[in-house]
Amino acid sequence: MCRVTELQQAVLAKNDRSADDLRARLAARGTNVVNLLSSPGSGKTALLEAELKLACERGVPVAALTADLATENDATRLARSGAPVKQVLTDGLCHLEADMLAGHLEGWLPDPTRLLFVENVGNLVCPASYDLGETVRVALASVTEGEDKPLKYPSAFGLAHLVVVTKADLAEAVEFDREGFLANVRQVNPGVEVVFTSARRGQGVGELLDRALAAHEAGGPAHRPVMASAPQALGHHHHGSQHAHAHSH
Amino acid sequence: MHEMSIALAVVGQVESAARAAAGSDEAAGGDEAAPTARSVTLRVGELAGVVPESLRFCFELACADTLLAGAELRCETVPGRARCTPCDADWATGLPPDLCCPRCGGGASELTAGRELEIAEVRWAEPARVPTSKED
Repeated sequence: MCRVTELQQAVLAKNDRSADDLRARLAARGTNVVNLLSSPGSGKTALLEAELKLACERGVPVAALTADLATENDATRLARSGAPVKQVLTDGLCHLEADMLAGHLEGWLPDPTRLLFVENVGNLVCPASYDLGETVRVALASVTEGEDKPLKYPSAFGLAHLVVVTKADLAEAVEFDREGFLANVRQVNPGVEVVFTSARRGQGVGELLDRALAAHEAGGPAHRPVMASAPQALGHHHHGSQHAHAHSH
Repeated sequence: MHEMSIALAVVGQVESAARAAAGSDEAAGGDEAAPTARSVTLRVGELAGVVPESLRFCFELACADTLLAGAELRCETVPGRARCTPCDADWATGLPPDLCCPRCGGGASELTAGRELEIAEVRWAEPARVPTSKED
């Protein structure tokens, strides 16, 4: 005989609840989060710098929070845009969680901020599992990383509302297979839009900003990823209940 | 390596359940200590982005000095499945998943399983009593 509790609780339920809570609080003050996921070296910071600069030129109030395992180099680069920037050091942790983000925003997030870009830790595995209360999740890959990135990291690309290709100016030099990449994206996330960018040439910078602003206006992203349609483990919108009863084994 | 964060979340949730059990027992007039866990069963979807081997390693570390010390982690893998709403096809997504409909090629599908990451059940060590249980 053995006593068993059928707990039926989603492991990430606490983070999901914190994320929902943060999303609602930010929406109430007119702020939408854009969560940027990519591997290290994909050119996320360069593109973000260009986005912030363009937003400042257009008079759109934006801010950026950049997370790294160590060093404040990214914040220094991003601050050149003139937008408010905060550096977060995760001290070795491979991803941000909703509670951590909420803590970092407290007392810092300038008013008004229409878009808050969050540059997640450079990693395509772990951050994919953590909802940060974002309105738009963007998965980025550079042309130098190869066409199969979306298949190697299906959660990162499969849950994205928008896919961004960076360093498009190098596509020819590295013989980037554009059609192959698009087919791989479609396999894990049918219907998602792919925007080609080059921070160096300013290509696609406005498109990404426009998509983020459109989601802000609409109160949500235009695309709903198939992968996000999974019955969210039991916890997403209700607290896991405990049904304790005994079983004989 | 977010498996450590996940392992810590599992330990936290099981400890809460154990304390809730002990607490509700107290309300019923008992003063029993929180039960210790013997095993924890997780349902892990194929597409949940979690590596069971890595999770098992982290779980052992996360359990040290808790009510779960020495508890066994059992992982049940849930295969990814998708369904195409327009043509009613149903298929195993595989890994990496193919979320386009194999019948009509459309992308209007729905993932019906494979993203699970949940605690299915906890088996408690005897003789601690789980108060809401009925003895068999």
